[in-house]
Amino acid sequence: MSRGALRCSGAAASRAEEVMANDILRPRLQNAALRGGLAAQRVRRAWWMAAPMLLVLAAVGAWPLLRTIWFSLTDSELSNPGDYAFIGLENYVGEYGLLASADWWQAVGNTLLFTGLSVSLETLLGLGVALLLNQASRLRTLLRAALLVPWAIPTVVSAKMWSWMLHDQFGIVNHHLLALGVIAAPLAWTADPQLSLFSIVLVDVWKATPYMALLILAALQMVPVDCYEAARVDGVPRWQVFRRITLPLILPGLLVAMVFRTLDALRVFDLIYVMTSNSRDTQSMSVFVRQQLIDFGLVGYGSAAATCLFFMIALLSIVAMGLMRRTFERAAA
Amino acid sequence: MSGLVKAGAGSRALAPGAVPGQPRFPWGCIGYWAASLLFIFVSVFPLLYALSSSLKQGSGLFSPELWPKAPTFANYSGVFAEQPFAQNLLNSLLVAGSVVTLSLGLSLMAAWAFGRVEFRGRGLLLMLILSASMLPQVAVLSGMFELVRAFGIYDTLGALIIADLVLTLPFTVWVLVTFMRQLPKELEEAAAMDGVGVLTLVFRVYMPLLWPAMVATGLLAFIAAWNEFLFALTFTLSTEARTVPVAIALISTPSGFELPWGKIMAASVIVTLPLVALVVVFQRRIVSGLSAGAVKG
Repeated sequence: MSRGALRCSGAAASRAEEVMANDILRPRLQNAALRGGLAAQRVRRAWWMAAPMLLVLAAVGAWPLLRTIWFSLTDSELSNPGDYAFIGLENYVGEYGLLASADWWQAVGNTLLFTGLSVSLETLLGLGVALLLNQASRLRTLLRAALLVPWAIPTVVSAKMWSWMLHDQFGIVNHHLLALGVIAAPLAWTADPQLSLFSIVLVDVWKATPYMALLILAALQMVPVDCYEAARVDGVPRWQVFRRITLPLILPGLLVAMVFRTLDALRVFDLIYVMTSNSRDTQSMSVFVRQQLIDFGLVGYGSAAATCLFFMIALLSIVAMGLMRRTFERAAA
Repeated sequence: MSGLVKAGAGSRALAPGAVPGQPRFPWGCIGYWAASLLFIFVSVFPLLYALSSSLKQGSGLFSPELWPKAPTFANYSGVFAEQPFAQNLLNSLLVAGSVVTLSLGLSLMAAWAFGRVEFRGRGLLLMLILSASMLPQVAVLSGMFELVRAFGIYDTLGALIIADLVLTLPFTVWVLVTFMRQLPKELEEAAAMDGVGVLTLVFRVYMPLLWPAMVATGLLAFIAAWNEFLFALTFTLSTEARTVPVAIALISTPSGFELPWGKIMAASVIVTLPLVALVVVFQRRIVSGLSAGAVKG
C-alpha cells in the first residue's frame, strides 16, 4: 500500500474517533468557570428543562426495573400482587429455582443460538448491501427504498406474512421448493422443532438486514474519497483495497452496529411469540419471562428470569463498550 | 457528524471497483445489477404476496399465483365487519400520536439542557439515558404492570402511552441532543439580548431550525409505538382496547379451527401500506436519523 493511502487512513481513523468518542466523555468546564453567576443561573435553568424528561424516564424505566428486581426476591403472584413474602434468592437457586429449570436453560440456549446466527448473517448480508448502496448508480434510490420496506413493516405483520408463506400445506415456499424438486415432501417450517428456530432466524434476517446495512453504509460514507484515489493511483487490487483500507476504517462502525443488533436480538419477543407462540423448542428468554409472569401468574419467578436477562444484557453492554473504546483507541493510534 | 448526514443525502461518485476507461467485459457491473435486483426482489416480495393473498378468497387462497384469478375485496370488508378493526386502527393512531408528541416535547426541552449547557453530571446522565435504550422490555414488565394497576389504567390506551415512553425517550433525547449541538451559538446570544425566556427560545427559535431532525426522530418514534407489541399484548384485555399489532396477532375465526389467512393478510396490508409510504417518502431523513442515533451511541 502506498504511503499516501496509509497517511490517509490514519487521518480518517482519527476523524472517526473524534466523532465516536464525543465530548460528553470529557466535558469542557473552562467556559463555565469564566462566566460565574450567569453560568450558575444557566445551569439551574438546564436542570429545570431536563427535569420533566428525567422524571418521566425514572418513573417508566428506573422505578419499574427496581421493582422487578425486588419482586424477584419475593413469592408475589399476579392474582394477589399485594400479598407477598420476601424469600431471598429462592427464585434463583432454590429447589424449583431458575437455575434448576430445564425450560429456562432451553430458553437461554434458544436465545443465544438465535442471536449468534441472526447477527452473523445480518452482518455479512448487511455489509454486502451496504457496499452495493455505496456505489453511485441509477438503481441506488430504488434499492434503498426497497430495503426500508422490511424494516418498516411491523414485526408482528412480518411474522404473520412469513408464517403464511411458510405454511406447510398452502405456503408458497413449499410449493416452489416442491416444484423445483429441492424437497420431496412439504416441510413444516414453523411446527417442526428441528426447523422452527431456523425459520425464525430467516425472518429476522429478512427484517433486520436493512437496519444493519444502513448503519454500515453510514460508516462507509465516512471513508474519505482520497483513500480510494490514492489506492487507485498505486494500482492496488480491488480486494486488497477492501481488506486494507475499507474494512479497517469501517470496523468501529461495524462493531457498533453488531453490538446494537446483538442487544436487540437477545431480547427478541414479538417474532418468536407470533410465529411459534410459547413453544418450548423456540422460546426465547423474553417469551419465557412473559409466560411465567402473565400466563402462569408467577410474578416473583418471572421477575427473577427478567432480572437475569437484564444483568446479562447490562454485562454485555459494559464489555462491549470497553472493547469498542479499545478498538477506537487502536484505530486512532 | 454533519459530514455523515450530508453524505447520506449526497450523491458522491464513490465506486471502489469502477475503474474508468478500461474496456473490459463488465462482470462487476453485471454482478452489481444481479445482486441489487435480488435484494430488491427479496425485500419486496413478501409484501406483494400478502397483497395478492389479501385479494383472494376461498380455495383461491390455496393456489400460489401472484395475480389472483378473481380479485375480491371481501377480506378487507370482512376485517372491519367481524372485528373492531377500525377502533384498533384509531387506538394505534392515538397511542403513537401521543407518544410522539410527548417524547418530542420532553426531549426537545432536555436537548437544550444537554446540548447547549455544560453542567456537572451531564455526561453521566447521558450515559444513563443511553443505557435505558438497552433495557429489555420484559425487565420492566412486572414493575410496569404494578404501576399500571396503581394508576387504574389497565386495559386503557393510557397504559400503553406511558409504557411506550420508555422505548422512545432514550433515542429521541440522544438524536435531538446531537442535532442541538450543531446549531450556532450566536443564535442563543441574540435571543438572550432580546431577553427571551428559555422555553420561548427552545420552542420558537430552535424547534423551527431542528425541524428536519424532529421529523426524522418523530417518524422513528411513531414507528416504534405503532409496532409495539409486548406492552400492548400485556396491558390490554378487551378487543376494543387493542392496538393493531395485537389485533392481527390474535385474529381468529369464530370456529377457531384454521386461521383466516386472507383476512390476516388484508389487515397486514392496511397496517403496512401507510408505513411503507411514509418511509419511502421520508427515506433520506430516516436514514440520517438512524445513523445519527447509532454513531453517537
